[in-house]
Amino acid sequence: MTNQNIEAAEDDDPSEFEGGAYWFRQGAIGAFCLPTLILMMAFVGFTSLAREVGLTLIEVLMMSLLMWALPSIVVLTGALSAGVGLIPAAIAVALSAVRLMPMTVALVPILRDGKRTKLWHLLIASHFVAVTAWVFAMRNLPDLPRAARLPFFAGFGGTVHFVVLCSTALFYMALPVIPPPLAAGLVLLTPVYFMFSMYQASRTGGDKLALGLGLVLGPVFYLLFPGADLLLTGFVGGTIAFVAWLFATKRAEL
Amino acid sequence: MTAFAQEWWWPYVMIVVAGFLATECWRWLGVVAAGRLREDSLLFAWVRAVATALIAGIISRLILFPDGVLGDAPIWLRLAAVIGGVIGYKLLNDRLMAGIVSAEVVLIGGWLFLL
Repeated sequence: MTNQNIEAAEDDDPSEFEGGAYWFRQGAIGAFCLPTLILMMAFVGFTSLAREVGLTLIEVLMMSLLMWALPSIVVLTGALSAGVGLIPAAIAVALSAVRLMPMTVALVPILRDGKRTKLWHLLIASHFVAVTAWVFAMRNLPDLPRAARLPFFAGFGGTVHFVVLCSTALFYMALPVIPPPLAAGLVLLTPVYFMFSMYQASRTGGDKLALGLGLVLGPVFYLLFPGADLLLTGFVGGTIAFVAWLFATKRAEL
Repeated sequence: MTAFAQEWWWPYVMIVVAGFLATECWRWLGVVAAGRLREDSLLFAWVRAVATALIAGIISRLILFPDGVLGDAPIWLRLAAVIGGVIGYKLLNDRLMAGIVSAEVVLIGGWLFLL
């Protein structure tokens, strides 16, 4: 790992905080990129689904603002349209959002500047954790100085969030009906975009193996243990990939 | 609980409780669980592998068992679109845009001309 020198110094060296506004702006500029455009299009696909089941603009915007994780938003949309009760809907959404926890756990050590980072800053910034911002952060933050990472991430996440909310509102009002093949294409954007960006973000062979195992195990566990399938996929696929990667690298060292 | 289902405010309660709290709590738990976890530790590498496999599980679920309009496309067309995407991605030197565009062309083109 190349970050070991920075890591070793993280607890004693004072770091510069005056650059925060600068790094926030850099993050905001970084938000104008292809992933943001794809996410905008994916949300357009969601607005057509939301209109189909009769959600209002306010409901669509509230879900986008408060949840900020497209697969979970789609699950809640299904629950709202089916008239499911509060508790079953909350359980379904919570199960689809479990991934946010390991994603956040994996992001925080990169984001944090030793003990100088305040917990409530991290709690607020964690709202931006969703696949787009996560993949972007895991790829780009390790190259930045530690003090720059949280403001950069906040600038990036906040700008993507704002731009996507605006475009979602515009498209909800402007596009009454999207023809089915095009609407299906917009819905397909999310998984296809996740797949390629995760592949590009994978740093080790272990990450690539985890991606492949998850793709295969996901549907198997979905059919065998619906409900617990995502958790099982994560733990089983991730652990096998991690152990395999550990053995492969240790053998290379010896 | 379902007695409230006709009230105007009910969707908002659903969005705040079943939407906001059910997703945001995982992010907060993640921040707390990260504790003093270090970027160069083995535990961190394991957590990253678990997160990656979980997202991969969501990817294949969204493709194989989709809700809504994508589910109207037959499964062979959805799989063909993904395979087309991978081929386009690899042919054009690992470009994100190439993969996405070729998957979309196969899905939308296949729907328009074959169904």
